[in-house]
Amino acid sequence: MNPVNYLYLAALLFTIGATGVLIRRNAIVLFMCVELMLNACNLAFVAFSRMHGNLDGQIIAFFTMVVAAAEVVVGLAIIVSLFRSRHSASVDDASLMKL
Amino acid sequence: MSQLAAAATLSAGTSTGEAFQFWVLGTVAVIGALCTILMKKAVHSALCLAGTMIILAIFYLANGAYFLGVVQIIVYTGAIMMLFLFVVMLVGVTAADSLKETIKGQRWLALLCGLGFGILLLVGIGNASLHQFIGLGKANAGGNVEGLAALLFTKYVFAFEITGALLITATLGAMVLTHRERVERARTQRELAEQRVREGKHLPPLPAPGVYARHNAVDIAGLLPDGTPSELTVMQTLRERGQIRDVSDEALGDLKALEQRAAERLERTEEASK
Repeated sequence: MNPVNYLYLAALLFTIGATGVLIRRNAIVLFMCVELMLNACNLAFVAFSRMHGNLDGQIIAFFTMVVAAAEVVVGLAIIVSLFRSRHSASVDDASLMKL
Repeated sequence: MSQLAAAATLSAGTSTGEAFQFWVLGTVAVIGALCTILMKKAVHSALCLAGTMIILAIFYLANGAYFLGVVQIIVYTGAIMMLFLFVVMLVGVTAADSLKETIKGQRWLALLCGLGFGILLLVGIGNASLHQFIGLGKANAGGNVEGLAALLFTKYVFAFEITGALLITATLGAMVLTHRERVERARTQRELAEQRVREGKHLPPLPAPGVYARHNAVDIAGLLPDGTPSELTVMQTLRERGQIRDVSDEALGDLKALEQRAAERLERTEEASK
């Protein structure tokens, strides 16, 4: 098997995640799709790291994980506070900045 | 020529075992990703995504990223997915997506966009010249974690420190966003009791839920003497979500079955006595 297949898999997962962001309305599921896209990028980074024979790709993937963790914390806090004020996690209901 | 063949096998670079693992687990990962975006309930999506992430961790391990593989399991499936599940719990497990389209034809357009984007990515990778796979044998010679640490604390040390600042900021941000200032003083138990007496409704505590026969779950309303469920016995949160199970019919059904059994037995004993 050619290791390029890992890149194809990463592209497929990224596409699925992007489609999910476009078709779903629940804010939590949207966030999960974003996580899926980040994970797909990480897989591509790791595969590239193997391709080039150095560890820089893995370092970038590590930073992606850290940023994803920070993003999830803030994003979920926003979802919780939105849910408190609107009693819904749908992104369609959050079309106004103020209630 | 033999050199060329050797280079080809080197560039192929993976064992049959890894190929088998890739095709089996890759299929499962794609199915998990599809389930993540297609499942109606957020909990099911979260579980499917956790499965996909574990498979990705295995792929990291297979690609020689041992540290990242373990971090993926601990941080992603351990911490981040649990955070997701906590929020799903707070927001409501039963909160399913509405399937009504707000923009007409948006779903099909989105699918079309996704398809086009996917084809673009795959064709791009297919046309890229990715023939040389060096492999991590040399880079991982001194240990994967040691190699990563050497890079992280020399070349990328500045980014690493900024990451620390980012994490602290995110923590503070989450606290500020979810913090709620209490506007009024919490009423004491005595004040609450006095208010109950003043209003004159429900002087004693509210009745407990599920005080009927073998059902004693909190979401089952207690039955009044005439067999109708009493809304008062179920807590307000469940009442608002509409998560009350009604067992009043079940009780009547049980009674009917009991009567029928009794009648059958009585007939049998009558026959026996004859």
